[in-house]
Amino acid sequence: MIENQELIELDEEGLLAKVYSFSSEEYRLVQIHCTRLDNGFEMNYSFDKDCKFINLRMIIEKDKEIASISRIYWSAFLYENEIADLFGVKIKNMVIDYKGKLYQSSVKAPFAVPKPEPEKKA
Amino acid sequence: MAKRNIIPFGPQHPVLPEPIHLDLVTEDELVVEAIPQIGFVHRGLEKLVELKDFQEFVYVAERVCGICSFMHGMSYCQAVEEVMQIEVPDRALWLRTIWSEFARIQSHLLWLGLAADAMGFESLFMHTWRLREHILDIIEMTTGGRIIFGSCKVGGVRRDINAETLAYIVNRVKELEPELKEVTGTFINDYSVQHRFCGVGVITAKDAYDLGTLGPVAKGSGLPYDARRIGYAMYSKIDFEPVIEKDGDCYARCAVRVREIFQSIDIIRQCAGMITDGEIDVKVKGFPSGEFYTRVEQPRGEVIYYVRGNGTKFLERFRVRTPTFANVPAMVKVLQGCQIADVPNIILTIDPCISCTER
Repeated sequence: MIENQELIELDEEGLLAKVYSFSSEEYRLVQIHCTRLDNGFEMNYSFDKDCKFINLRMIIEKDKEIASISRIYWSAFLYENEIADLFGVKIKNMVIDYKGKLYQSSVKAPFAVPKPEPEKKA
Repeated sequence: MAKRNIIPFGPQHPVLPEPIHLDLVTEDELVVEAIPQIGFVHRGLEKLVELKDFQEFVYVAERVCGICSFMHGMSYCQAVEEVMQIEVPDRALWLRTIWSEFARIQSHLLWLGLAADAMGFESLFMHTWRLREHILDIIEMTTGGRIIFGSCKVGGVRRDINAETLAYIVNRVKELEPELKEVTGTFINDYSVQHRFCGVGVITAKDAYDLGTLGPVAKGSGLPYDARRIGYAMYSKIDFEPVIEKDGDCYARCAVRVREIFQSIDIIRQCAGMITDGEIDVKVKGFPSGEFYTRVEQPRGEVIYYVRGNGTKFLERFRVRTPTFANVPAMVKVLQGCQIADVPNIILTIDPCISCTER
């Protein structure tokens, strides 16, 4: 194992409280990413301090609107806009909201589309 | 109050090798706001993982970027290996470390050339890229590729470097070092470069931290963050300290890259002295099941590779957070309050790699 990574599963309220505390403890926002689930999405917020990696995980229902953390970590706006565009997750109060125009894709929320059938080799 | 204008900058612009667009809101010559837009060439590679065998996907990962391709392939392999708990042979890890540092040298030389070209310093641009060709020759000699190495695979590497070739490489790098010092010294000492870079585009250490900057952007502002300190590949056995500069301006970011070239040469020498004999790969059995985030220090900073397997040959989720993506918010902030004439230099010293970002 290259490094130990901590994973904490939280609800929205708990996540925001934890993000606030990470901000005051000067954790660095490493990344935010989303994974499509059958009935919703899994949001992952990764933080780091002195090479200690912690991942916060929140499961949300498909149409649930969640709060942005860009008021706490300003740079989060880009990750959140990306997730909004690619997965169709509704995120409110982003400091910069592209309103679906960050990625101008022909398919709406292309990453929320279920997995296509694998290519069949000839 | 001066009238506000919006100047569209990019996606096609002489100083931008790749497409990113900025709406620059200006008052006279002063930029008061910069709104970025990306997504012009987004490829959806993260979604493609659902259709490609996890071992074949190394080829896709290497093509996330045309500059730091080796490190993308290596990051992907490292993440899958962690999920599958594969013990990669030491020799393969040494080789990965050596190739990573060669990739860093060629990337920084590429950037220095672009910077010289953007300043109109054509002879410096040509000398920098001439030297880069010599580094690419070494890469081609050891991997068969100049940009896409194709040498990394899940479980190890595809090619070995024999002792004779390794000795030749160390000697060749030693021969190139005086020339590299002379050319890069121009970036550090020349009046024209200092005039364009010093005091321009300053990012304080606090802003750099708050904005989540990485790589030479963070290091140029005095933050010693370097993912190599985690100790992946063989970095735990290498003696090195992150290169940092304090001023946070364009010059500091340039100086970090210059000094990192020589640090990489030193790391290659250390690797050549410590590399052990043995196998270069192990057989991979089964399919990945589980998840892992891996972090690798690319030339532009820390890249994050996340993979999640479900026990089949197709990964369930693959995610790449590139350093450029993390540096875009800093670019937006630092452009606020700068002169319009300094915009190209500021963007260039942040070194956005849009190919990576549009994975």
